[in-house]
Amino acid sequence: MHYMLLFNETPEELGKRSDPAQAEAYWGGWNAYMGALAQSGAMVSGNGLQPPEVTTTLRVENGTRHVVDGPFADTKEMLGGYVILDAPDLDAALEWAARAPCVTAGSVEIRPVLPPPAA
Amino acid sequence: MDAACDAVERATLAARDSYGKLLAILAARTRDIAAAEDALADAFAAAIAQWPRDGVPANPVGWLLTVARRSASHASARHHTADRNTAVVRMLEDERADATADDYGDDRLKLMFACTHPAIAADAQAPLMLQAVLGLDAARIAASFLVAPAAMGQRLVRAKRRIRDAGIAFTIPEMADIPQRLSAVLSAIYAAYGTAWDDVAGADPKLAGLADESIWLARLTVQLAPDQPEALGLLAMMLHCEARRLARRSPDGGFIALRNQDVTLWSREMIVEGEATLRAAAGAARPGRFQTEAAIQSLHAEQRMTGERLQAPLVRLYDLLSRFAPTTGVLVARAVTVAENGDTDAALSQLDAIGGAETYQPWWAARARILWLSGQASAAREAASRAAGLSSDNGIRRFLLTEGYRDG
Repeated sequence: MHYMLLFNETPEELGKRSDPAQAEAYWGGWNAYMGALAQSGAMVSGNGLQPPEVTTTLRVENGTRHVVDGPFADTKEMLGGYVILDAPDLDAALEWAARAPCVTAGSVEIRPVLPPPAA
Repeated sequence: MDAACDAVERATLAARDSYGKLLAILAARTRDIAAAEDALADAFAAAIAQWPRDGVPANPVGWLLTVARRSASHASARHHTADRNTAVVRMLEDERADATADDYGDDRLKLMFACTHPAIAADAQAPLMLQAVLGLDAARIAASFLVAPAAMGQRLVRAKRRIRDAGIAFTIPEMADIPQRLSAVLSAIYAAYGTAWDDVAGADPKLAGLADESIWLARLTVQLAPDQPEALGLLAMMLHCEARRLARRSPDGGFIALRNQDVTLWSREMIVEGEATLRAAAGAARPGRFQTEAAIQSLHAEQRMTGERLQAPLVRLYDLLSRFAPTTGVLVARAVTVAENGDTDAALSQLDAIGGAETYQPWWAARARILWLSGQASAAREAASRAAGLSSDNGIRRFLLTEGYRDG
């Protein structure tokens, strides 16, 4: 069955991307993790995401478009990336979630993917 | 106000440390571990509600025991089974109300042996002991036995029901039955120590006392069965590993391999005791898994402290160990030892022969080291990256990605 892992990172954790002293370790950890996922055959698809500063949020109210600079919710953790993986059960998905570099500096949300509606 | 919070926190920690003792006392009469766990949970909930308001009792553990017993007797009254009622009433009469820290060694041991009764499924015995005696949760236990948490949870529930329904006695078995029953006890203690050992970063406060707790259980077992060389062997092995605790991590949490540890940080006291314990075990001339594990740790210590290369005898000990206990972990460690002894080709084929290690982190970490020793630097880097991706520990991830496997 398919699960989506949503990788939430704290602002400090996201900041490592642009800090020369920490960027190498940051990306190294993520590359190793995504690589191990892909090579194990569990990865269906997945991506890292550009940081919240380049996010645009759109809502339409009464026919009017409201375009907002930044993410809709101002939370302590930001969505930094996601993967969809194929795992036999929730325990196996949790096993992968526990290995994500952001699990100690943010959180990982695990969502079962809805199967497509029956034709 | 802060002082009050602090006192509550300290008392709560002290109480948590006594979890196994409390559960052993509560379950000893009723044989109903699940009911005892419920009663204990009620007592902890009451403590969290009352202590900050009314202050911490002089004897937090005794307080918890009294409240848990009251809760157990209410629960059993609700069940209306005369049999269990009698048991609880008798328990209330018999037991003293104040719990002092170390009076219950025997109770815990009875609980351990009850958990390893032949009537309980073999694969549930050690996990049940970890939960009942040390209060570990199912997910933790599942991880140390490489089983899915949900499956482990079911296994534990079934085993507890069986102790209650089959009326398994909480007693220390007859002397004649001890050796056979002992091996399950030793496996559980070993698994508990392994769980604490993996948590080198000290990330899980619940595990802080687990290493001490498991060494304490091993000592208790040795006291009970002083003529059992395997019990001595287990204690010796744990003492050797525990002696290195301070040297295993750098101040920033980085992982330090045994070959690079600062031996001045090792506890001489524990090493000396471990060696004496191992010698006592050897006197029986009945080798076994845990004595072999202890001998391996002893050689590692000697090699580091004297500078003498002991890789060849280490390989022989690992060959012996893989006959006693051919677990994935043991086979992986043996392959690394073979490579350290200079035979990287044999090491790689041993590694390739281990099945089902696709997502087993130590297998990839071992592969990185062996490939590096065989001069295949880029393949080693790939294996290390795979191992890092499978690791859930920051320090170990960093060690692998910064090519720590190359040192020494």
